[in-house]
Amino acid sequence: MPVVTLQEAIASHVRDGDSVALEGFTHLIPFAAGHEIIRQGRRRLHLIRMTPDLLYDQMVGAGCAAALTFSWGGNPGVGSAHRIREAIESGWPQPLAISEHSHAGMGAAYTAGASRLPFGMLRGYIGTDLAAVNPAVRAVACPYTGERLATVPALNPDVTILHAQQADRAGNVLISGILGAQKEAALAAKKLIVTVEEVVDELAAPMNAVVLPRWVVTAVARVPGGAWPSYARGYYPRDNAFYIAWDEVSRDRQRFGDWIARYVLGTADFAGFLARLRADGAGP
Amino acid sequence: MTARAAAPAWTPDEMMTVTAARLLWNGCVCFVGIGLPSAAANLARLLHAPDIVLIYESGTIGTRPEVLPLSIGDGELAETADAVVPLPEIFAYWLQGGRVDVGFLGAAQVDRFGNLNSTVIGPYARPKVRLPGAGGAPEIAAHARQVFVLLKQSPRSFVAKLDFISSAGFMGGGGERASSGATGRGPQAIITDYGVLRPQPGTDEFALVARYESVTAADAVRATGWPLAVAPSLEVIAPPTAAELQTLRALQARTHTAHSRPVKLPV
Repeated sequence: MPVVTLQEAIASHVRDGDSVALEGFTHLIPFAAGHEIIRQGRRRLHLIRMTPDLLYDQMVGAGCAAALTFSWGGNPGVGSAHRIREAIESGWPQPLAISEHSHAGMGAAYTAGASRLPFGMLRGYIGTDLAAVNPAVRAVACPYTGERLATVPALNPDVTILHAQQADRAGNVLISGILGAQKEAALAAKKLIVTVEEVVDELAAPMNAVVLPRWVVTAVARVPGGAWPSYARGYYPRDNAFYIAWDEVSRDRQRFGDWIARYVLGTADFAGFLARLRADGAGP
Repeated sequence: MTARAAAPAWTPDEMMTVTAARLLWNGCVCFVGIGLPSAAANLARLLHAPDIVLIYESGTIGTRPEVLPLSIGDGELAETADAVVPLPEIFAYWLQGGRVDVGFLGAAQVDRFGNLNSTVIGPYARPKVRLPGAGGAPEIAAHARQVFVLLKQSPRSFVAKLDFISSAGFMGGGGERASSGATGRGPQAIITDYGVLRPQPGTDEFALVARYESVTAADAVRATGWPLAVAPSLEVIAPPTAAELQTLRALQARTHTAHSRPVKLPV
């Protein structure tokens, strides 16, 4: 399992029309990988993510997605994900088919996917309209007690993409801090791409640490800062000021389009993206 | 003849947050939503409930943030937690497992039975306003032993009929929840900028049981989209104490400073 460039990893493993999960719950969101998908012009993706926040706002607004499976879509603590909102409300830049869950439901769906079970089960969606609008949410009777329990179909993305702190040269990956459903999404996927802050000689992982062994990892790319403006525990904190500032940038189609053109499409890679933001006095 | 009361020296947000914080007891296990619930839960922890166990859906258990998180998964929550567990685990083992005393939620809309909407305004297929969605709330509402809801009261937020039920309260009322499979008792208080509403036995309909000094019951009724019942013995909620206000304002000030601090990437 070689360490490759992010460009190579996306070019080799993400196809138009794929189902793609970029996971990380507030922490370790793979922004660099998402930007590379935008740069390479992928289209008609089925994006999967518990919390489509700024990254999916950018990818949906840039026209990469035809469908979205999610459980909460907004700018955390700030407000709306305006690009996702506009796609759902008025089909711009293209219609977005949504499959909406609760967090517990998404967690169960990824866990089932990682376990290669057909569905996940929970005491969930009780008394809500989510089951009425999402035909994927169904029910089963417990064979022991007869209790009616909610079911969600397993999520098995074509590709899961994560950002992590470290990989070793063999491609073993170490994650620490808030995990969200990263491990489940990784093991549910057909292919797994991981970007990391650092490639080290030895991971020195504590026992019971979250390690994704090299033989479940399809490709590793080193992208320092690749989770910004989210964060990487031990490397840099969450850039809350950027999340707040994004509200203005994303509110307007034109301003959003200019931002994507200048900073993502107009740069060669994530280092170039950061450099241009800094040159404009808007970078970390 | 008394002089006309001076405008209160606190905001409605502060009064709400303080009132909500008072409902949390020392040692309670509280599953916290972001925004006002998070402020109230941390205020309680800094005042009368130092041993409160705060759980955020990012998997942080027993967290003691120095500043309020902007997101549900800020690093601050992890660094100050007793344990950090995967997200599927927090919902399956800890919430569904029956280990949460209080679920503390916000929403965009509530109805008379404490059902919540945080999904859409208008029809689901073509919404007028697409809201972020339910997140962790449906199962928090189902399985926390009780739920407190924090929401500013207006005819647009306290509505006769929700456009969408994201999280269930008492559903259609009259005991419907009991046979639903939900394991918790449901919403037991709605804290607003007018006062506190509690469900009434039998009907499960929320009624105003306490008000702030600065408002009347009639004000609260006018701010509600259904004919709000008012308890015959309407309590008046004590104004915030100096300690409550100072602690809350210091917390908010620390939070504001932290959230505007520039981040320097080490690359």
